[in-house]
Amino acid sequence: MKFAVIVFPGSNCDVDMYHAAKDELGEEAEYVWHDAVSLEGYDAILLPGGFSFGDYLRTGAIARFSPIMKEVIKAAQDGKPILGVCNGFQVLLEAGLLPGAMRRNESLKFICRPVGLRVENNETMFTSSYEKGEVIQIPVAHGEGNYYCDETTLASLKENGQIVFTYENNPNGSLENIAGIVNEQGNVLGMMPHPERAVDPLLGGADGLNLFKSIVKQWRESHAVKA
Amino acid sequence: MQLKLEPSPEQIKSEKVYRELGVSDEEFKQVEEILGRLPNYTELGLFSVMWSEHCSYKNSKPVLRKFPVTGEHVLQGPGEGAGVVDIGDGQAVVFKIESHNHPSAIEPYQGAATGVGGIIRDVFSMGARPIALLNSLRFGELKSARGKYLFEEVVAGIAGYGNCIGIPTVGGEVQFDPCYEGNPLVNAMCVGLINHEDIKKGQAHGVGNTVMYVGAKTGRDGIHGATFSSVELSEQSEEKRSAVQVGDPFMEKLLLEACLEVVKSDALVGIQDMGAAGLTSSSAEMASKAGSGIEMNLDLVPQRETGMTAYEMMLSESQERMLLVVKKGREQEITTLFEKYGLEAVAVGQVTDDKMLRLIHNGEIVADVPADALAEEAPVYHKPSREPEYFREFQAMENEVPAVADVEETLLTLLKQPTIASKEWIYDQYDYMVRTNTVVAPGSDAAVVRIRGTEKALAMTTDCNSRYIYLDPETGGKIAVAEAARNIVSSGAEPLAITDCLNFGNPEKPEIFWQLEKAADGISEACRAFNSPVISGNVSLNNETNGTAVYPTPVIGMVGLVHKLEDVTTQSFKAAGDAIYLLGETKPEFGGSELQKLLHGEIFGKAPALDLEVETKNQKQVLTSIQAGLIASAHDVAEGGVAVALAECAIGSDGLGAEVSLEGDAVSALFSESQSRFILSVKPEHQAEFERNTDAVKIGVVTDSPVLTISVNGEKAVEIGVEQMKEAWKGAIPCLLN
Repeated sequence: MKFAVIVFPGSNCDVDMYHAAKDELGEEAEYVWHDAVSLEGYDAILLPGGFSFGDYLRTGAIARFSPIMKEVIKAAQDGKPILGVCNGFQVLLEAGLLPGAMRRNESLKFICRPVGLRVENNETMFTSSYEKGEVIQIPVAHGEGNYYCDETTLASLKENGQIVFTYENNPNGSLENIAGIVNEQGNVLGMMPHPERAVDPLLGGADGLNLFKSIVKQWRESHAVKA
Repeated sequence: MQLKLEPSPEQIKSEKVYRELGVSDEEFKQVEEILGRLPNYTELGLFSVMWSEHCSYKNSKPVLRKFPVTGEHVLQGPGEGAGVVDIGDGQAVVFKIESHNHPSAIEPYQGAATGVGGIIRDVFSMGARPIALLNSLRFGELKSARGKYLFEEVVAGIAGYGNCIGIPTVGGEVQFDPCYEGNPLVNAMCVGLINHEDIKKGQAHGVGNTVMYVGAKTGRDGIHGATFSSVELSEQSEEKRSAVQVGDPFMEKLLLEACLEVVKSDALVGIQDMGAAGLTSSSAEMASKAGSGIEMNLDLVPQRETGMTAYEMMLSESQERMLLVVKKGREQEITTLFEKYGLEAVAVGQVTDDKMLRLIHNGEIVADVPADALAEEAPVYHKPSREPEYFREFQAMENEVPAVADVEETLLTLLKQPTIASKEWIYDQYDYMVRTNTVVAPGSDAAVVRIRGTEKALAMTTDCNSRYIYLDPETGGKIAVAEAARNIVSSGAEPLAITDCLNFGNPEKPEIFWQLEKAADGISEACRAFNSPVISGNVSLNNETNGTAVYPTPVIGMVGLVHKLEDVTTQSFKAAGDAIYLLGETKPEFGGSELQKLLHGEIFGKAPALDLEVETKNQKQVLTSIQAGLIASAHDVAEGGVAVALAECAIGSDGLGAEVSLEGDAVSALFSESQSRFILSVKPEHQAEFERNTDAVKIGVVTDSPVLTISVNGEKAVEIGVEQMKEAWKGAIPCLLN
């Protein structure tokens, strides 16, 4: 399986995503610069964290106009797995691939710490290796992770099981403790916590590894050679 | 067209305009002699910044010469962007610390942010990938609104820059004392990793090669930053706010990635950061170090504003800029490389053989000055030095044991002192994990960052107890290095080298200069004892507000090498049943201690004594025991003594406690700040071997009930729940800020 790690000017968790996929997962991974015009040959797309274009207008607001985003949207429509973490999540919101918006953390301060996440839905291609209701330890590191959407959107998120992760102790004030959501089709996941930072026990825990393994598992199942 | 009328060379002399730029009468005379004529205003500007203390070290050079700067692993000592130390396997570690005190006192967010940005550029200008940031901060006691504002904004500025550029801020230290109320200290350290073959220097070799300007455009910000930072702060300093630069971490992220690509190209000859004194220092130093000259056409310099004069362009400290020297004919490759990142790379001049820095603006030569005169020939002053009265008084005092009425209450109060209390409020705002190499996060003795693809890691720390240094600069200087080494060793690493940031008052005062000299003596001696030379550093003088100096604060940044990842050790207790040992002798030493400050509101007497032989012996015992796999946890005993150290070991653990018995006078046993001591915990099966190899004394056992119990001479002195201690320790700083 081959992962694309999209690199925007100002992305800074690209290296972490790359190593999670390549070293910890043992799959193929390549960096794709933001002005590339094709995602041909990639099986899954990773949008890393960081400060794309300095996040100067709004987080993710400029990155969504990068040439590669047309291809990301196409890949989403084709049903390929797309994972946006932190700034990647913010870009997915700006690109309209996921509903809602981000506000600054309630504390108005950047927050970096491991947090407890509850797996609300384990029937997605990103979470099938977790138990439903399982609490995993994944770090957050963001200044704008305070997720918000209107009531209608929230109702449909709930109805469709699109809320995938919630915080055990909400660090940023997000609506209904939301930490990560998928699109209706279930192939685009945006989350503020960083699973790619939790793939090696040496660095404090490996609870994020199952997320990547779920992606691979789903891909293998759907691409299994029928005997 | 010039918008501002500049004084003529004759006016500069007759009206003594140079004095406003920090140039003395004597220095002006020297400039005249060097040039054989009167300098024009632009040339005067060049001299004034290059001969400022910040750039020339004219007042501190005689002191800096004391430092040992070489060693078998040192690949680059002081003099380049940052020092470089070999760590084997063709790799090296690059690091440096630098101050941004004055800017931070005036505009704390941008002052701190650009301090971080500047030190990062120093490291990647060597060709190294920055892998970690640390800092060392000093503030007043968080009692005034201004003090809290400075603290909050400095932390936010460090976070803002480091988080955005994506380099983890993994460690640091902060102390609070009234002497820093008006003049906070903000020192930033950057650590980078490099392959030997990629090491670059800031040298302009090869006559005819092209000088290229890369990065952000030049504006009018930061003009005379170096000069401003070399004078005392006063009520008028607020007016100098325009001397503070504004940082753009996104621009620097692009510049960083582009420069790390360009260092791989053989078209690159030399590279240097435009830091303090911007275009002036980078061009003059690159020419001087290579024994060449540089001619630049300022009309070609990318400018953010219209109508800038040569003076303004040369003295601007606009951030996120670098100067490159590139092989002639290969300019387009460089331009194309930078274009990928949306950055300008513009040819602005060439290397010459006449050793002159020549500047052309609007078709005229506006400056023609020997590069060596700017970079190397600043006057060096041997300032008078005098032992201060206070030192003689303090030395005459006997060590006295303070009376403590309620030991438990005292321990809890000590844990609440902001210097001891948890710094979580700070590091919670720093992304300390990005790049996923942080093995030991902030909160233990030293941070540890692994080197991906190897079994090695780097331990790093910043340290300086300025109270000891104020009481006794020589002993205090030794202690600063020893404590840094203790932190490195406790983490399972072998000390490699140090970088230092010498924050002192006004060197014109003989007592201040004496502090500087003595502290340098102490640091030098300790560096020799630990075989850790000084590979880089920075001097920040005139840290005074309205005539009162800060405590002498020579911050030590130390990096150590963890040879095997399994050696990585932290301070928190690991398992019930592990034996607790104390290594090192406890004496009644309270001069400059937290207990003394708490009880008396001031500090006095002798600093704790330090015997470097004992220190090195103890450190060696700890490190060899860690490397032999005998140690479960290691923590150095510092502020607040053994009681605080034990509390910290328990607080960081997973619901464990300790039962400890100490001997001797209770107050000393619990709270003395005697040096060279460690708290170590050891698994039962390793105790026999551990005891054979060390002089450590067993003082107790780790328990599974989360209570810290300490008895002295068989009598119970402390019995406090770990949760209660944790609450006091964690809540203190947030509480002070609310």
